[in-house]
Amino acid sequence: MTTGLRHLLWTAAAAAALLAVTYAIPPFRNYQLATAAAYLCATAGLTVLVGLSGQLSLGHGAVMAVGAYAVALSQNRFADAGLTGNGVLAASLALGVLAALVAGLIVGLAAARLRGPYLAGVTLAVAVALPAVTTVWAGVFHSDQGLSVYLEPPPAGLGYDFPLERWQAWLALAGALLVMLLLANLVRSRFGRSLRAVRDDEVAARLAGIDVARTQVLAFVVSAGCAGLGGGLMAVLTQSVSPGAYSLTLSLFLLMAVVVGGLGRLAGAVWGALLLVVLPDLTHTIVASLTLSPAAAQRLEGNLPLAVFGLTLIVVMIAAPGGISGVVRRLTPASPLRR
Amino acid sequence: MTLLQVDGLVVGYSAAPVLHGVDLTVPPATIVTVLGANGAGKTTLLRTLSGLLRPAEGGIRFDGRSLVGVPVERVVRLGLAHVPEGRGVVAELTVEENLRLGGVWRADRRDVRLAQDEVYELFPALAARRKHAGHQLSGGERQMLALGRALVARPRLLLLDEPSLGLAPRITGQIMALLRRLCDETGLAVLLVEQNVRSALSVADQGVVLSLGRVVAAADAAQLRDDAGLRHAYLGF
Repeated sequence: MTTGLRHLLWTAAAAAALLAVTYAIPPFRNYQLATAAAYLCATAGLTVLVGLSGQLSLGHGAVMAVGAYAVALSQNRFADAGLTGNGVLAASLALGVLAALVAGLIVGLAAARLRGPYLAGVTLAVAVALPAVTTVWAGVFHSDQGLSVYLEPPPAGLGYDFPLERWQAWLALAGALLVMLLLANLVRSRFGRSLRAVRDDEVAARLAGIDVARTQVLAFVVSAGCAGLGGGLMAVLTQSVSPGAYSLTLSLFLLMAVVVGGLGRLAGAVWGALLLVVLPDLTHTIVASLTLSPAAAQRLEGNLPLAVFGLTLIVVMIAAPGGISGVVRRLTPASPLRR
Repeated sequence: MTLLQVDGLVVGYSAAPVLHGVDLTVPPATIVTVLGANGAGKTTLLRTLSGLLRPAEGGIRFDGRSLVGVPVERVVRLGLAHVPEGRGVVAELTVEENLRLGGVWRADRRDVRLAQDEVYELFPALAARRKHAGHQLSGGERQMLALGRALVARPRLLLLDEPSLGLAPRITGQIMALLRRLCDETGLAVLLVEQNVRSALSVADQGVVLSLGRVVAAADAAQLRDDAGLRHAYLGF
């Protein structure tokens, strides 16, 4: 069986299982599942960039914002023009990916000339500067307020009382599975080997005939496209976009998620995406169980996820440098998902 | 007929020149060895030919085409493969992946497979370690892999930097015999840099002696071997 076919079968199996899950869980859990799926698009792309090509990005939250805003603007334009139907949403998401690809190309071209801390600095600047764009062109982006995103109700064919959250979960999961399938094949392809070669030994890679700069730019573009889809899906889920939701904190969270999950592994990206949803939920529960003054509770809830995540990062790095997926790999005997 | 023609090559790291006008020709299906003491500029010469360094002056023509200013990854595609000293193997990739990397830019996938199988035939030790990562290999296996990776590109000229470094004499002998065979059977030309002068001269057709960045002798390998004065002055045996 070829690798591509095997990945396709795995994706189909995962889709079937997840479909069953969306029927079994209540709407709120479906919404969380959808959020994790949207995050997964971004973390999967980021783990390929950071783990395989060795380029650090502190700006993937901003790339998600590009996708999210592009989807918001195009969804609203389409609605204003009276265009409806599910093809429209697909077109909007495609435009979101396209916008992110362009952003990835621009950052990638700069990144190919930079290494280590300098690259981190440029991507950090992107993460910090991009929210300001929404204020500069406030007429289009509506500053801090952001935009609301028009989303049609689930298709009538699914039944009159079909929950919106389940529909959103389907959309996000479809996007995430698509990203995972594409990346799984990419990682195993010639391009994946070239990426790892460039990361490990640039001179050896060049002597083998690999165009290092082109490979690195391409990695940025692919990774940005995934993050753009994640951002676009996030806009569809929350039905709003605002700069606050795509701040530097999000970029750092994404990076921590892929490191804690297991850098360079798609399975690690799944763990990371789940953590991004579970940890804030967990801290919310903890804060709610404490009796605090409202002001203190608000402060704690705002900062506790970051603290918990940071702590998790430290513990994981000390106890298991391979991340969660590394631990899982060690505990399970030969799995067919292994590279 | 010449495959590689080097004229008046001047190369320097920042200010101080390392090569002061080196001339050199390599005909097809010939092994030319570059000899000389440490610091003579042998490695610099190879690094310049493959595009890792830019010459300050002088010309490099490969198959009638100028290579000056052509980036490394393009030079490989033209048919000039460089196996650097102790490098050229990606430690994190497996033997198999390293070999496939050698043909990553080639459109003819079937021939890449074929070339890969040929490498496994040439080096059975590598075939046994297909799934092992580069960093798990012994020095000799690593050298074989670096050589194999270069051969998968089906080069017409191979630049080899100290292939015998750190290897057992028996393995050095095997590699030298292999080079001779590839040269005779496939028409591969080799530019061989070696510290091990005896084994290099035993396999080469021609030799060039470098001293402090200048060519001090260029002749048939047999002539160099027999020239006692030259041997004492520059080659130390």
